Amino acid sequence: MADLLASIGGGFVLIGVALSVLGAFGILKFPDVYTRIHAASITDTAGASLVLLGLCLIAGISLVTLKLVFIWMFVMLTTPVAANALANAAFGSGHKPRIGAFHIMRSDERRQTPRGTDAP
Amino acid sequence: MITLPASINASLMLDIVLLVMLLVVAGAIVRTRSLLAAIILFSIYSLISAVWLVVMDAPDVAFTEAVVGAGISTIVLLGAILLTRGETEKPDWRKLIAPALICASVGGLLIYAAMGLPELGDPASPANAHVGRAYLQRTASDIGVPNMVTAVLASYRGLDTLGETAVIFAAGIGVALMLGFGPRSSLAPPPAQLGDHHVTLRVAAKMLIPLIALFALYVQFHGDLGAGGGFQAGVIMSVAIILHALVFGLRETMAAIPPRVARSIASLGVLIYAGVGIVCMINGGAFLDYDYLFPPEIEAQIPGWILGDDAHAPHWGQHAGILGIEIGVLLTVTATMVTVFYGFAGRTVDDARREARR
Repeated sequence: MADLLASIGGGFVLIGVALSVLGAFGILKFPDVYTRIHAASITDTAGASLVLLGLCLIAGISLVTLKLVFIWMFVMLTTPVAANALANAAFGSGHKPRIGAFHIMRSDERRQTPRGTDAP
Repeated sequence: MITLPASINASLMLDIVLLVMLLVVAGAIVRTRSLLAAIILFSIYSLISAVWLVVMDAPDVAFTEAVVGAGISTIVLLGAILLTRGETEKPDWRKLIAPALICASVGGLLIYAAMGLPELGDPASPANAHVGRAYLQRTASDIGVPNMVTAVLASYRGLDTLGETAVIFAAGIGVALMLGFGPRSSLAPPPAQLGDHHVTLRVAAKMLIPLIALFALYVQFHGDLGAGGGFQAGVIMSVAIILHALVFGLRETMAAIPPRVARSIASLGVLIYAGVGIVCMINGGAFLDYDYLFPPEIEAQIPGWILGDDAHAPHWGQHAGILGIEIGVLLTVTATMVTVFYGFAGRTVDDARREARR
């Protein structure tokens, strides 16, 4: 049973690592800031979650599991917020997406420009 | 299945991978012309160093490297970069010859010296044989603290740590004297309502700041038992305060913790540290000799069940002394970091330009 759990956990870790590598490729290959943030958040959330879940299964139920759960909660609390802040800052400093629905951004921009005076 | 030789284990491969990453990041730092990118790369460098120090079984040092190198110094440098132009020019190669020669010769000397170093963990090496071995053998009976790093740092070498705390305090005062204490420079007016673009940040920060402060206290009071102590806890606590300033604005933070209070707390910490030492002298011991912290009649009245473990000799003076000086270190480090941050963040770009013109 413990062996089976450890093997499943190992599988999860491998999938998580594969997702992280995919995220790294995405950061290098994607065309603009927003898609790159998207790729980076796959590493942060899905990759990290699967690795931590796999480690939980490998470690078995113990204090280590609790610590891993705490780490997972912290990662889940911080990295999406960081991605959001990054995208927000990119939008605020005038980065335009190269792919996707432009007209939505344009109308948003028209609304934003008169009072968007916070940029130095 | 390829079988590796026994000398190549996971730890060695991890070492090699991490050191190669350090080299790559160092190369990138040298290559980049953007100071902003250089600061982020420095942060990555510190993070990789911290991981490597964990692999080397030095969790206390790794902890410090992670919170100071990757955390607070990045913020302070970012604060500094906002006041400058943010990029370097490509230097003339003739100006690079002398620094390159100096770097190459010093680096070569260090590599040459490293060849004479003893093996890692060699019990006969000078670091492990004399004082180190004495500490290892006597900590349990002298001080009764499980974490030997804390025992050496706070008790055996308490005077050195007092010096370090005073250095941090002096550094904070120096930065504050150069950059101003914060309120002298103009605070930006409260920003107009920008819609709710930052609502995610604010909500997350409200959830995180108490957790970070709580973690700082855990690190503080867990320093006797595991990795941690006043320095790390102080930096983590100041990170909580700086996060508040970054998300809610400097004006709000300065209303909660005025720069004057931060300065006072910084000096109070050094005072507490030195005060513990002086109490030991009053009670008949040497400076910072915690065995004399309590007079015997007071020590006799402490009930034994507090420690919960009868097997240890109750070193009440040592425990209380380490606790006291760690609180002093916590206060000094927190307040100094906050003062330094105020110094950088309290200045606006306009201030810097005005002073440059003068």
